[in-house]
Amino acid sequence: MAATIYGLYDDDDKLIEGVKELRTAGVNIKDAYSPFPVHGLDKVMGIKWTRLAMCAFLYGLTGAVLALSGFWYFMISDWPMNIGGKPSFTLYENLPAFIPVTFEFTVLCAAHGMALTYFLRNWTLPFVKARNPHPRTTDDHFCLEIVEAENSVSKDEIQGILKKTGTVEIMER
Amino acid sequence: MHKEAAIRKPLILGDKTYHQITEDVCAPVEGKANRLWYIAFTVSAIVALWGVGCILYTIGRGIGVWGLNTTVGWAWDITNFVWWVGIGHAGTLISAVLLLFRQKWRMAINRSAEAMTIFAVIMAALFPGIHMGRIWMAYWVFPLPNTFGSLWVNFNSPLLWDVFAISTYFSVSLVFWYIGLIPDFATVRDRAEKAVPKFVYSVLSFGWTGNVKAWIRFEEVSLVLAGLATPLVFSVHSIVSMDFATSVIPGWHTTIFPPYFVAGAIFSGFAMVQTLLLIARKVVHLEAYITRKHIEYMNIIIVITGSMVGIAYLSELFISWYSGVEYEQYAFLNRATGPYWWSYAAMMTCNVITPQLFWFEKIRKSLVLSFILSIFVNIGMWFERFVIIVTSLHRDYIPSNWSMFHPTFVDIGIFVGTIGIFFTLFLLYARVFPVLALNELKTILKSSGENYKKED
Repeated sequence: MAATIYGLYDDDDKLIEGVKELRTAGVNIKDAYSPFPVHGLDKVMGIKWTRLAMCAFLYGLTGAVLALSGFWYFMISDWPMNIGGKPSFTLYENLPAFIPVTFEFTVLCAAHGMALTYFLRNWTLPFVKARNPHPRTTDDHFCLEIVEAENSVSKDEIQGILKKTGTVEIMER
Repeated sequence: MHKEAAIRKPLILGDKTYHQITEDVCAPVEGKANRLWYIAFTVSAIVALWGVGCILYTIGRGIGVWGLNTTVGWAWDITNFVWWVGIGHAGTLISAVLLLFRQKWRMAINRSAEAMTIFAVIMAALFPGIHMGRIWMAYWVFPLPNTFGSLWVNFNSPLLWDVFAISTYFSVSLVFWYIGLIPDFATVRDRAEKAVPKFVYSVLSFGWTGNVKAWIRFEEVSLVLAGLATPLVFSVHSIVSMDFATSVIPGWHTTIFPPYFVAGAIFSGFAMVQTLLLIARKVVHLEAYITRKHIEYMNIIIVITGSMVGIAYLSELFISWYSGVEYEQYAFLNRATGPYWWSYAAMMTCNVITPQLFWFEKIRKSLVLSFILSIFVNIGMWFERFVIIVTSLHRDYIPSNWSMFHPTFVDIGIFVGTIGIFFTLFLLYARVFPVLALNELKTILKSSGENYKKED
């Protein structure tokens, strides 16, 4: 059974240094756990930035199209009303009155669509069990997760680098 | 790493470490409440129950139990609605607009300000609901196909825009707030020792682990939601103002309303944040995080938005005279000198004159005076809405229709009751939720913490 090595740091700068050393030695780091977003960690770990913003744009676009087609159906096609001498003839002529709700609905779809995608991609949902290796990674400790089987570098060498860069604890599971 | 100028005042005082921040913020959640909290909670809960009683009485008997008459068809209910929505503007402004402007001082106050927003919007949404009279038909505001033929809601009406604006604002603010809370719930979860809190917080924290990818997504979601919420902040109160501005009532039919309402909303929202946080920082011992500097920053926003509101009042007066429309001119003359002159005077004093005291540095930095002046603004902004709504309606085009508005005990009970419900919710929040954004504060400790700044 291949072991998973966990290196626990008590400072974010030490963590970044550790990741740099490990990566230069050719070690493949599986994941890192931290109590807050550590700036620059994604770069040194070589992780691609998320495409969630793109999703939000697409959800927003869907919202805008839905809202406008709804208005066309409700107000122009299905039951055109003549309100205060301002009849509903075409979507184009009535558009100014529809702008506020189109905007609101666009934001509604973009925000909630993005939030749902975020929850699903992170797999953070009610009753999901937390998988962080050490309870203090949500307080003031930072943890690196390295799977031995994914690496050509030996276990002792990995532990050596972890120790050298100032880990407070090394666990194996 | 981000470096900050040495002359900037630290945002986190004292010799803090990451762990100390966790300890400080989790202490009110893990410890027992003090006597002050129990007293405040009991008083608020009693007032809240009285409010709920009055609301149920209204629903049971109909809105005839209010002081409304055929001339003044909108009064305290809509005044309270606009007041609460206005208060609900500061939270999202702080967490969204200040995030986009990279204002780091927001991190100590955004969580509570957003909680306040959510509770205030709940209070606001209550009023149009009970004003409908038949609250069980409230779902008619949504565009649902109905059994009476294909009659749809009117998308040309600002009242319907309001339904969409308020529900979007509420739900997006709630999601934005909760996404920020998840990592902090995880902190409380991992510290909990007893089984029940551990279970509750593990459910609330959605199994948050805090790995790299999750944090990348977290930052991206926060940024994009802030970008989406920013125009939302401005749109909501603009749309609320259009409830009035698109009508043909003198005093309401003005194009200045949207920007004027938005400035007023931010003004009153910050005043309420100030009122709540000046108490909260003492009660839960967070003076090291919500510092005098934070209070001063908020006072600066209050004096700026207060001045904008002042200019709006004056331009309204000027335009009514300049328009040459005698109905319009009378509406404003009546506001200032008619039977409701005292409400106009209260509005002018509390919104335009007293906030100007914040130009003095001593007053701006004084905790006691900040508290007193923030209460003045809260009162002034309620009167502003009362002035706009009641004084415009009570003397309309036909003098034989002129009348006055006298609130009944139900009107008063519901208004005071919503304040009770609001404080009850806020006090509960202060006991079970981490009141500061832990994870955000930790990111600025090394750049804005007092001990780290000294070392540089």
